[in-house]
Amino acid sequence: MIEENNLKRRYLVQNIWFTIFWLSMILIAVVLGSILYFIFSRGVKVINWEFLTAAPRRGMTEGGIFPAIVGTLYLVLGSIVVSLPLGVFSAIYLTEYASPRHPALRAIRTAIHCLAGVPSVVFGLFGLAVFVKIFGFGVSVLSGSLTLGIMSLPVVITSVEEALKAVPLSFREASLALGANKWTTIWRVVLPSSLPGILTGLILSIGRVAGETAPIMFTAAVFYTRGLPQSPFDPVMALPYHIYGLITEGTRPDKQIPLAYGTAVVLILLVIAVDFIAIYWRGRARRSRKW
Amino acid sequence: MEEIKLRIKDLSVFFGKKQVLHQVNLNIPANKVTAIIGPSGCGKSTLLRSINRMNDFFEDVRIEGEIIFDGNNIYAEGVDPVTVRRRIGMVFQTPNPFPKSIFENVAYGLRIQGWKNKKAIEEQVVKSLQAAALWDEVKDRLHSSAFDLSGGQQQRLCIARAIAVEPEILLMDEPASALDPIATARVEELIRSLIKKYTIVLVTHNMQEAARASDYTAFLLLGKLIEFGPTNQIFTNPQKKETEDYLTGRFG
Amino acid sequence: MVVLFGEGWPVFAHVSLSQFLLGKRWYPTSSPPQFGALPLILGSLLVTGGGLLFAVPLGLFAGIFLAEVCPPRGREVLKPIVELLADIPSVIYGFFGVVVIAPLIRNFLSLSTGLTAFTASLILGIMAVPSIVSVIEDAITSIPRSYREASLALGATHWETLHRVVLPAASSGIGAAIILGAGRIIGETMAVLMVAGGAPVIPRSFFQPVRTLTATIAVEMGEASVGSPHYHALFSLAIILFLFTLILNILVENLIPEGRRRVR
Repeated sequence: MIEENNLKRRYLVQNIWFTIFWLSMILIAVVLGSILYFIFSRGVKVINWEFLTAAPRRGMTEGGIFPAIVGTLYLVLGSIVVSLPLGVFSAIYLTEYASPRHPALRAIRTAIHCLAGVPSVVFGLFGLAVFVKIFGFGVSVLSGSLTLGIMSLPVVITSVEEALKAVPLSFREASLALGANKWTTIWRVVLPSSLPGILTGLILSIGRVAGETAPIMFTAAVFYTRGLPQSPFDPVMALPYHIYGLITEGTRPDKQIPLAYGTAVVLILLVIAVDFIAIYWRGRARRSRKW
Repeated sequence: MEEIKLRIKDLSVFFGKKQVLHQVNLNIPANKVTAIIGPSGCGKSTLLRSINRMNDFFEDVRIEGEIIFDGNNIYAEGVDPVTVRRRIGMVFQTPNPFPKSIFENVAYGLRIQGWKNKKAIEEQVVKSLQAAALWDEVKDRLHSSAFDLSGGQQQRLCIARAIAVEPEILLMDEPASALDPIATARVEELIRSLIKKYTIVLVTHNMQEAARASDYTAFLLLGKLIEFGPTNQIFTNPQKKETEDYLTGRFG
Repeated sequence: MVVLFGEGWPVFAHVSLSQFLLGKRWYPTSSPPQFGALPLILGSLLVTGGGLLFAVPLGLFAGIFLAEVCPPRGREVLKPIVELLADIPSVIYGFFGVVVIAPLIRNFLSLSTGLTAFTASLILGIMAVPSIVSVIEDAITSIPRSYREASLALGATHWETLHRVVLPAASSGIGAAIILGAGRIIGETMAVLMVAGGAPVIPRSFFQPVRTLTATIAVEMGEASVGSPHYHALFSLAIILFLFTLILNILVENLIPEGRRRVR
């Protein structure tokens, strides 16, 4: 006969482990929470209308971060212009046209996954060699956008692929059975149904692009510009690079570190806002999806 | 009248606001197979899962009434569901072996109970596999993965796993519904052979299966127990109109 | 890829492969310049190892918490927050490391500088935790319910079920989460650039400044003139980095079955 005389001990073991799990989560929450609190409590004081709308003055010890905000927006928009069409068309090819059992397809997928894991600084070097030097675009919005766009391609391709795969086969078959050809089916049926998924992927990649520093260090960003960029061939300021610059190249830390806090708050809020839009969109798309 | 193993008294189960079982009263006789039949959604799985407190894992479930097992209400305060589940085993609808070897699947419950003696574990595993009529088929490959077995073999492995910890009652939730006719026949045969040692409660949507494999049959409709009696009486001479309608295929 | 190799190769006209990989001195601006990448490689590995030391136990435990122990309502709130934290730019973590952690560590251990391998590991570990938690949570919740039910029905406790059935079944996903975390740490540039200190010498202790591959590229690319041996040497560093992450990715590919992969 089997008896449960050891049940007390078994529950004790369970309680010990579950307490460890609780504590780990609490520790993480406290650490990350205090990082955010620390930055916010110092940064919010700095933020005012002038901070958001003026350019830096007096060797970046006063003034605002307007050019950096604009620069980051330019880079984000530029990278979307690069990654969206390329990403969507590659994903369409991969899911709709390429035969699924082809060995090359598997290789391409693996390559895309590997590309997603490549450090961003390596993309930065790539951009430097190709766009800045070989194509001669110089350190500019254009070079930076191209670099960031290519960097975010794996994420965009994968999320578009997932969105396309989520469209039921019956939709396609219904359209094809009505005599539509393949491209018409994709353009009029598959793409519209997968739009929310595509947008979610795109928004997520925006969050990533906005926060990246390493790829734009050599391709687009400078510490200081006199005004806003006049053409795609001008260099820009960018929020993450601005923080880095204030911390490492500063001459007056007492005045510059508060500005860095303020910039950090703006950058965090930007990324969080973008994420919230993505989460909201994903939720809404899931709720409204009727199939 | 036989010895009664389990008394279900006024059992009601709610999921949120929805009442799934309405004051079910049922006495399960010892060392017999009791089948629970009824159309899908009638609450037969819920009733079965109430008996070993597997409903506890659902959110906002509320259970009223008593289930008396061995003189104690298993829903009384202070009763540990883990102990209940050790003494009342369960076999599921689809075979669900662990991603482990055949041997380790059967030994799992013993290791949980704190068995350390290698020899004792081995003996118990062999005994259980023999009782589950699986031993001859797997004795040469005890350490290969359980997923290498066919569906019917996997289900018998799950039965062996359940009986290894020597429960007193074995609950079976449509154990043959995912199997082909030949595997089904073997599982039913096995169920009949197990009643010497165990009390079995068998949920099934297949009336032939209930007729073939059970001694007693309970008919459940919309969460209410309509009729309970010896299987041949239920099938040949039902007392209630609903039972007759169901058996003659008028609904469900 | 072609570009990397094209730009990286010429450095070997100046220095042999073994000298490059095993050389102990990285003085690219002295004359003659010396390109021994060993200190940088070791720096990267040290910081990555250290970061994982912080991130793996915490990430694993918190991931298990989120998937198994946390009440469902808490999970609905926590999971998006964790995913959000994973997206916070690394430059923010680096910034926090420089202004808060480094001075703390310097004062606490009375070192000459707080910018050490330890500081970098700590910051990178903290940074990698959210993504590790999130992937581990996915791995655990994707284990079929039927395994849990079978174990619980046999009279196992929740912990026994988790420890003996669910976690072993999720082990490949958990392994993948850890490797992805390693990839994220080794490729991280900004945070490490800001907090690791930056001395390109072979680290002898955890509390010394180090220089990683990524930081070296970021710092020196600005100074290296195009086409110089230095410029090519930095591309070679990128190749090493690329190969590291390639190996990690191939490991992950083999751990996660087709179609279960999420790029982040």
